[in-house]
This record gives sequence, C-alpha cells and structure tokens, in this order.
Amino acid sequence: MSLALLFQYLVAGITYGTIYAIVAIGFNIIYNATGIINFAQGEFVMLGGMIGVTLRALLPMPVAIAGAVIATMLVGALIEMLFIRWLRRPSVLRLIIITIGLSIAIRELALLLWGEGVRALPYFTGTAVTSLSVGDVHISPQVLWVLGISAVMVAALNFFFARTLLGRQMRACACNREAAQLCGISAKNMVTLSFVLSAGIGALAGCVISPITYVQYDSGSSLALKGFTVAILGGLGNSMAAVAAGLLLGTLESFSIWVMPAAYKDVIAISILLLILFVRPSGLFGNAEAARLKDY
Amino acid sequence: MGRRRNLPIVALAMAVIAVQLLTAAAGKPQYLTQLTMAGYYSLVIVGLTLLMGYTGQISLGHAGFFAIGGYTSGLLTTYNLHPLIGQIPVSILQACGLLVSGKDLYGADLLVVRPWAACVVALLVTIGIAYLVGKPVLKLKGHYLAMATLGFGTIVYKVVLGSSLVGAADGISDIPAFPLFAGLVVTGKSALRAQNYYVAWGLVLGAMALLTNLIRSRVGRALRAIHGAEDAANAMGVDTGRYKLQMFVLSAALAALGGVFLTHYNGGIGPSEASVMKSVRYVAIVAVGGMANLWGALFMGVLLNFLSLRGSFGSYDDAVFGLILLAIMLFAPDGLLRAEFARRLPGLRRGQKAAP
Amino acid sequence: MKTPGILATLILASLLGAGATQARGPTIKIGAIFSVTGPAANLGGPEARTLEMLVQEANKRGGIGGSQIELVLKDSASSPEKAISFAKQLIEEDKVFAIIGPSTSGETLKIKGIAEEGKTMLLSCAAAEAIVNPVASYVFKVAPNDSHAARRIFEQMKKMGIAKIGLLSSNTGFGKAGKEQVEKLAPSFGIGIVANEVYEKEATDLTAVVTKLKAANVQAFINWSIEPAQAIVIKNARQVGLSVPVFQSHGFGNIQYAKAAGPAAEGVIFPASRLLVADSLPAGDKQKPVLLKYKQSYEARYHEDASTFGGHAHDALLLLGKAVEKAGGLDKEKVRAALESLQGVVGTAGIFNFSAHDHGGLDMDAFEMQTVKNGKFVVYSDAAAKQ
Repeated sequence: MSLALLFQYLVAGITYGTIYAIVAIGFNIIYNATGIINFAQGEFVMLGGMIGVTLRALLPMPVAIAGAVIATMLVGALIEMLFIRWLRRPSVLRLIIITIGLSIAIRELALLLWGEGVRALPYFTGTAVTSLSVGDVHISPQVLWVLGISAVMVAALNFFFARTLLGRQMRACACNREAAQLCGISAKNMVTLSFVLSAGIGALAGCVISPITYVQYDSGSSLALKGFTVAILGGLGNSMAAVAAGLLLGTLESFSIWVMPAAYKDVIAISILLLILFVRPSGLFGNAEAARLKDY
Repeated sequence: MGRRRNLPIVALAMAVIAVQLLTAAAGKPQYLTQLTMAGYYSLVIVGLTLLMGYTGQISLGHAGFFAIGGYTSGLLTTYNLHPLIGQIPVSILQACGLLVSGKDLYGADLLVVRPWAACVVALLVTIGIAYLVGKPVLKLKGHYLAMATLGFGTIVYKVVLGSSLVGAADGISDIPAFPLFAGLVVTGKSALRAQNYYVAWGLVLGAMALLTNLIRSRVGRALRAIHGAEDAANAMGVDTGRYKLQMFVLSAALAALGGVFLTHYNGGIGPSEASVMKSVRYVAIVAVGGMANLWGALFMGVLLNFLSLRGSFGSYDDAVFGLILLAIMLFAPDGLLRAEFARRLPGLRRGQKAAP
Repeated sequence: MKTPGILATLILASLLGAGATQARGPTIKIGAIFSVTGPAANLGGPEARTLEMLVQEANKRGGIGGSQIELVLKDSASSPEKAISFAKQLIEEDKVFAIIGPSTSGETLKIKGIAEEGKTMLLSCAAAEAIVNPVASYVFKVAPNDSHAARRIFEQMKKMGIAKIGLLSSNTGFGKAGKEQVEKLAPSFGIGIVANEVYEKEATDLTAVVTKLKAANVQAFINWSIEPAQAIVIKNARQVGLSVPVFQSHGFGNIQYAKAAGPAAEGVIFPASRLLVADSLPAGDKQKPVLLKYKQSYEARYHEDASTFGGHAHDALLLLGKAVEKAGGLDKEKVRAALESLQGVVGTAGIFNFSAHDHGGLDMDAFEMQTVKNGKFVVYSDAAAKQ
C-alpha cells in the first residue's frame, strides 16, 4: 500500500464524512430547540436537491439553490405548524411516529411529483471528471465545495446561537422552556423557527451534495440514517462535534472498504453507533455530566 | 372466572371457523391464502403490541426478528449437505434423525435439515439474538431506543442483502413444505389451502391465549407499572429491566415463529421481509390498533395486511401506511378502536368482531 | 359499533370491487406483476407503462385472437411475498390467460412453481438463467441471458489484450446475477479477476471502492449494475485517475445514467439491446422497424427515453400475441405449445427462437457492443475507438 493510496482512501473518507456531517447538522438544530429527532430530516435533503434541480432548468444555479432552500424552509414551517405545533404535551413515542409518517408521506409525494428517475445539479466547478491532483492523490472540487459550505454553515450557526437575540432565545427555550416563556419568549415560534432553519440547512446540503450523490425520491432515508449516526456519535445537539464525528465515521468506512467487502460498510457504521449508544450515549464529544440530566 | 376469561379466545376460534365457512359458501376460498399470510404477520403484530403497548418500549426492528426466523429455517432446509456426507458432524446429525434426503428440481441428491429441527433452531437463534440485543438496548429510552432498534433492523437487512449464502438480493427459493404432524403440512399448495388457514390461525389463537392471560397476570400489572412510570415501578420493587427484557424476547420469538411458518408457506423469502419499511408497518398497525389493545392490533393487522397482500392499495401501499400512521398519531393516539373501553371489557366486543 | 361497521363495509366494497369491472364482448385477461415502486422501480416503471400503452393499442386494433385484452396490473414493489400472493390471486381468482413479469429474478424464482402448478404461462422480464434452467413448461423469459452479455464483454477484452480486471456489482438481484456469470466465465477466457467488490445501490460516493481497484492495478473493470449508483462509479473512477477501459452491463442501457455521469461516461463500452441505437442502425437491419416503432410511440406518449426494460414488456406481449395467432385460438394448452415452438420472432431485445429445451429464446446476437459518444449511445467499433 503506497502512501498515495493511503491518502486516496483518506480523501474518500473525507468525502463521505462531510456528506454525513452536513446532514447531521440539520438534526441537531431541531433537537436543540425541541428535543425531537426529526425522522423526516433526510426528506428535507431530498426535497432541496429535487427542487434545486427543477428550478435549475429555468434559473441560473445560485438562484435555483436559493429558491430550493427557501421553498424547503416553507415546507419545514408548514410541517411544524400542521403536524407538531398544536399537539398538547405529545409523548416521545408519538413524535417519533409522527415524523416517521411524515417522512413516508413526503417520499411518496416526491415519487408522484418527480417519478422514479435520478437527477443531479451540475458540478459547481469543472465537470464530473475534473479533479485536483497532488501527486497521485486526486480530489473532486465538489468535495471542497461541500467542505467549505459545511464550514461556513457551522460558523454561521455558532454566530447565530451565540450572538444574535433570536439565537439566544432559541437556546433559552431549549434550556428551560417555562423560564423562557416567563421572559416573554414564544416557545412555539422558536420551535417553528428550528424546523425552518433545519429544513433550509437540509435543502442546502441536498443541493451541494447532489452532483456527487445524485438525488432520487427515496434518497432521503439512507442519508438520514447516516446523519443520525453521526449526530449521535458526536453527541446530540453539538454541530462542531457532528463535523468531527462525520469525518471520523467517513474515514473509518473508507478504510473498512480497504480490508473488507464494501457490502458490509453500513453494517460497520451502524455497529459503531450501537456500541456508542450502549457505552457512552452522550456521544464521543458530548459532556457525560450534562447528558445525565437528559432522558435517554 | 376462568370461563369468562377465555370467552374472547373461544369467540375468536368460532369467528375463524365462521370465516372459513363463509368463504367456502361465497365461493371465494382463495381469500384464505391472504388470510393465512396475514395470520402469520399477526404473530409479529400481537407480540409487538405487548412490547409497545403494554411495556411502553418502541421497536423499529421487529422485521429483523421475523427475517432471522424465516431465513434461518429457509437456509437450513435448503442448504445441501449431500457433498459433506461422511464427515463427522453430518453423520451425527444423520444418526439423530435431524436430516432428510430427497431430490432437487434438477434430479440431484439433496440432504437437508428436517423442517422441525430447522424451526427449533430458528427460534433458538432468534431468542439468543433478542436476548443479546435486548440487554443493552432496553436500557435506552425514547429516541435512543428508537434509533438503536432501527439500527439493529438495518444491520439484519444489510447482512441478508449482502450475503450470497442466503441468496443476497434474490433471497432463498424452493424452500420445502413443513410437515407438522398427523398429516398437517405447511405449504402453499392450493389443495391444502383450508388446512393451512387453520394451522396459521391455530397459532394466532395460541398466541392470543398466551398474551391475554399474561397481561392479566402479575406480569401484566408490572408491565403497566413500567409503562406508567418506570422509576416508580423500580422503587416499588418491580425488576423493570428483567420484565422489559422478557417481553422483548417473547415478542421477538413470536415474530420469528411467524417468519418460519410464512417462509415455508410461501416456499421462499427475500430481503424485503427484513426491510425497515416492514418494521415501520408493524409499528403503524400497532398504533392504529390502539397501542395497548391486543384485539385492536389483531383486527387492524389482519385487515390492513389482507388488503395490502391483495394489492388493494396498488402503488400507494407505502403511502397508505404512512398516512394512516400520521392520521392516527395526530387525531387518535389511543387508536381507532378506543383502547380504554376495550381494556375494561376484556376484549369481549373485539373478540366477536375481530375475526378476519 | 360504528367503526367496525364502516370497516366491514369497506372490506365488502373492496372485495366486490374486484368483480365489478365488466368489459363488453369476449375478453382475455392478462396479468402483470411489476415492481412499479420499490427498489426495482427503474425496471418496473417503464415495464408497466409500456404494457399499458401496448394493451390500449392492441385493443384498438381488435385485441388478441379476436378478444379484447383486460390487463390486471399488480405492483409488487419488488417484494417476493407480494409477488407470491399476487400470482396466486391472478391464477386462482382472476383466472388470467398468462402473466407477464415480474421485474426481478428473486420474485420470478419464487412464483415459478406457482405458475407451473396453476398451469398458467409466465413470461418473466427478469434475466437470471435459473428462471428457465431447469425448464418449467409454463415459464418463459424474455430478457437476454447475463452469460451472453458477459461473453460479449470478454470477447471484446480479448481483442483489446486485457487479462487482469476488476469486477464491481451492485447489491441487487441484477448485480448479483451478473457477478455470478462473470466469475464463472472469466477463467475460460483466460481473464483474471483481481478485485471483486459489491456496492450498495443507495451508495452516495464510491471513491474508496475505485481506489481499491486502482490499488490492484487492473487493466480494465466491469461495473455490473442497474441502479443510478453505477454512474457514481465511473465518475469516481475518472476522478481518482483510474483511466483504464470501463465495461458496463446492459443495465447501463438507460440514457439518464449516461447523462448523470456526464463526460465520465464517454468511451464506456457495454453490451445492450439495439433499442438504444435504433436510429443509427443500417436500413436493412431486421430489428430496426420494430425498435423504431416501439421507441417512437413510447417516447411520444410518456416524454421520457425508452429503456430496454420497457422493451421486455413489449416483447412479452408480442410473443403472446404471436403464440395465440399460431395456435389459432385461446386454448391455454395450445397457446403454450405454440409459444414453445415460436421461431424467428423479432422483438426489441433480439430475435426469439424458442424450443422445448430453451425457454429463453435469445442468443448472443441479442447484444450489440455499444459506447457513449458525445452523450449519446452509439454502436461500438474498434476502428472508431482508436481514433
């Protein structure tokens, strides 16, 4: 095994990892604000990609992507208002089942709207065969786009939650809903906002990764599974940790292909998830002390 | 007391017979095919109802247990040991009468495990796996439990899909019939349709008798305590961990039993039986039945599976299940067939109506 | 009491509904089981659409053997348990004349026995050779053999002096069947498989898998799949600088995959039905009129490119019609015997010659080596490739 090949596997791992991470970030936002794991998060990614490709036929790419993000945000808001907002003290079980039902409904709707064909946005830079080479190691520029956009996204989110009033209000709600409400914050609006935000992030992810992964009506659920895995691996609610966990899992998967049949790649990833859940449910980078206060 | 207690079971038995007579009288005995298949799926569903409704533990991986049962039995009864004749383990098995020889479609010699033995092994394997998985998984709650069971189901799916030993994407075909006893055979042959309907529903009756008695026993009270408030139950001296694990294993074993029998009835099994969508369907049916309502789950399970297997939903099969799940959880989280009422009148009303 | 009452009415309605569709005049019922949704939707979708279109057209012309066709279409979503239930339903209740489908080999193998027991013709659109070997008297297959495709690929490799290859396949029935044939036939062509990987049909990126091929220093690789992920493979291969010849299976015969892979698809070599290159076939080609007619009517009606899979449904109905014609009536047994003895029927997949021992009917000539040039499928020629 030459050094170049070693790095090539690493590049593959980074590619997988950033895709997973960008999906995982969407989970974290809703989880932070509401304590819900949104099983329909993968569908936001799929919708973003699908709408992006559809708009691309009429509009220049940046406008199409912006349009896809806004449209999906609207879908996110609609979903929260129609299906979550008016529930009184819903149990966790009920929320899980509702988001699963939503995920199936959105998927079937996409099948009706777009059919079973595959679509993709064109590469942002270059074409399907373009790659940047360092010696014998090659990387597609789109991977750099995904990496860059994830980084900007994490930075923007951190700024939003730490510095802006709205972000702080959302954090306050996540911390202590009653206390926040006493301070005059509308907890319900904050939940809606979290759905809007994570739908937008999912849609942006869907557009950016579509040249690499393609998008099909049913591509949401498999992406969501990896997104979950990474979100939990990093510790739920922590976006920075999700990026780190994504890169870690991606690299592990990539190197697992080097030594094992590729067919078992997912089995390895999910086994790791189960192991983490059993041994350290707060995640690799989570705070075990703080996590003990939450209800697993 | 004992009599009243078993009244619903007797009513179900009568309904099972009535349905068979009705289909025969109406000249539609073919409906028994889908009713038989739906019966086997009902085993998974009532087991899952015990786990979700009465113990309060969600499982998004029960299709995995169904598949482990079906695949194990299917593999053992089709894997040809003939080339290995003479080797010690095979000789031992042969001496114990666990193997059966025959000819395959091509006329070649075939030596496979006897279906009875395969069925027992399949159940033991499932119980073992359920125990190993359940022990750590059931310590988790809420989303984490859902994720962990979903993860387990996905692993089973990916393993059967990735292993050429069990036919990868094609699954296992040409699985032999399962001779039970006294001439009863589990097989899809149309001549034995009515017989197989009674085999399937005999099993469902047995499972319902077991479960209805269980939830009325001390165990049942402990389970409701766990569902209500686990910490309180713990403080009162209920060994919650043990009860949860026992129910998990029991429901897995029921799922596997359904898997074994349906696999022999169909003469084959494919990866679709292990898919996550299948697990979600089971959860959907339990929810529609009313979560803690065995009779409701049985009724809805038979109804929805019967219609689905007859292709009544066309290409909207998954969509129908997704929408049902949404609608029920939004507007009637206690299920269509009011759970409270049914619990007070132990299934009496359901018993008469709930038959397929 | 109200809810169960409503439910009972619903059940009754759905049961009675099945018998309510009455057509005028004599009708012949033909069953179809396709994976219109589910994992094999990209096969079953075009198959179902093709059949619906052709049945309508046939009925306008007076149907088959003087009877209007009533199509009973079932969506199995690639689930064998549904295919089993539907097959029994179609045979025992609908008493269909014949069944077209299923789309996948796994489903077909599970209902082979049911068709045989029910003495109903089954014209499968799946490719596995086990469907017609051993021969079951009522079971036929209209999709070409994977082994023929593999042979065509190996012959081409020999011409190009390739001896060391990598094999990639997807984790579906199509990928699995191809993988088995390639593994089985490679030694007889003196070709060694030095890397052999199965990837998931939902894969999002396969850089690591192609890196494994690169590490094994392959001279060429075969990518056997029917799903969109196969386009990801060729893209990733070019991105990591693996510039060896790429061979695909007939599963590549869907122009959307070539479009998805963009410039990476250029120069890919694959065996496939002539349907894809119908326009550029020489005027004297036997298949050309059939191909053009199907392609044009499908594309005009559905506004999407015709694929070879839809072609299988076309061939199944065509063969059934020819058999009825030959038998001179709608007697199931006579039609079955006629179907088994059909010779020289020109379909989209090739020219069918059935016999009592061969229920597949196609030979290696069903495949034409093709390649992608400027985003279009064209017939491959060694001379053109050298330029």
